[in-house]
Amino acid sequence: MAQRVVIVGSGSGGTMVANRLVRAIPEDVRSGKVEVVLIGAESTHVYQPGFLYIALGQAQPEGFKRPETDMLLPGVQWVPEAATKIDPTKKSVQVASGRTIEYDFLVLATGSVPDLDAIPGFREGGHSFYTLEESLRLRDALQSFDHGKLLLIIGVPHKCPVAPLEFLFMYDDWLRRTGKRDQIELEYTYPISRLHSLQPVSDWIDQLFPERNIKFQTFFNVETVDPVKKVVYTLEGEEDNYDLLVGIPPHVGAQVIRDSKLGDRDGWIPTDRLTLKVKGYDNMYAIGDATDLPLSKAGSTTHYESEVVVKNLVHELQGEKPVVLYDGKIYCFIEAGLDQATHISFDYNHPPEPSNPTATVHWFKLAFNEMYWLSLRGLF
Amino acid sequence: MSDVQATKEIDARGSFCPGPMMELIRVVRSSDVGEVIAVLSSDQGSRRDIPTWVEKAKHELIGIETLDGYDRILVKKLH
Repeated sequence: MAQRVVIVGSGSGGTMVANRLVRAIPEDVRSGKVEVVLIGAESTHVYQPGFLYIALGQAQPEGFKRPETDMLLPGVQWVPEAATKIDPTKKSVQVASGRTIEYDFLVLATGSVPDLDAIPGFREGGHSFYTLEESLRLRDALQSFDHGKLLLIIGVPHKCPVAPLEFLFMYDDWLRRTGKRDQIELEYTYPISRLHSLQPVSDWIDQLFPERNIKFQTFFNVETVDPVKKVVYTLEGEEDNYDLLVGIPPHVGAQVIRDSKLGDRDGWIPTDRLTLKVKGYDNMYAIGDATDLPLSKAGSTTHYESEVVVKNLVHELQGEKPVVLYDGKIYCFIEAGLDQATHISFDYNHPPEPSNPTATVHWFKLAFNEMYWLSLRGLF
Repeated sequence: MSDVQATKEIDARGSFCPGPMMELIRVVRSSDVGEVIAVLSSDQGSRRDIPTWVEKAKHELIGIETLDGYDRILVKKLH
């Protein structure tokens, strides 16, 4: 009898798991012994790190989009619908059309969503670059912003934790090259006591900010925005003014997770940090932004997690124990200007060590922006 | 402190990013007033940073318990 693996979510993690699994057991998939089903609402796959370049006018949206069907290997059964309910008792997933799909193993790769309404006043008063629509709106705002103060605020939790820094460094570089830096004040704020969660990154930018004349405030968690007065108010009791507000909105988990009561109040799925199993469910894994793990919500995280999940799925499909463990590995590029970048890697036991930015790493980052489509197909 | 029951526990051991402090802020924001949150942290900086933030944000630090290679920090949401 065929065994069915259902993957919910067709972002980076879900697509990688589907393709890697088909690659790992091609004969079982071809013969129908194992079915690999991918459920996702988006017919277009979007490379989200591209939003940064779009917002800064350095790239066009078309370069970061591909049809999802072009990304899938033969053998992946594609269900282009939103999952609406997951029933672990019946081992089934309901999709928008009302159809129900049963599973033997389930992988939740349902991602996270920036909540533009989490901070009252932000939708009216602020800009962001965490959705395609928002990054285009910010691009227009930046092009007409010729003097005043740009205030950057950061909500908790958020994905791609280095993107706010990249945004400021790249924008600063562009302003300097165009002779406009003197007219624009840049101010960065951060929720905790230092400038970045990663201490070595914090130390690095602690040196860089004075050189770039970027002001900063820490312990800064914005609770409300007054879009008329152009003032933000924090839960620590501070306030600050702005002329252009750029914010990373707090993120929440997927609606289907909340509707299925599989997550906490914000929709994050309780997940074992080593096995990536959903706590309390032997036949269910969770990866990427969707988990409640204290890890960076980033494509790199889900990339490495997908390797672990697929190896364990193969074990389990063959009646073996899932013995492969995730070590918390994450790798990130950090753009430090328009033609300089550095990179970091770390895991549960090894902190990152950023090196000085170079043009070579910047070019590798641009190359990775294209290589992403190969990684999605499970090639590396 | 051992008689205080946490309503939520965050295992942030080995978390470099977002780290224990950021995880605490996330959970405090989505908790009800009166809930007690326990953060497990292997980051030495948490012993200093978390109490500083808790005071600044006007919540209550119930205590810090040092266990085997990590700290268990209890915070009560007050508003």
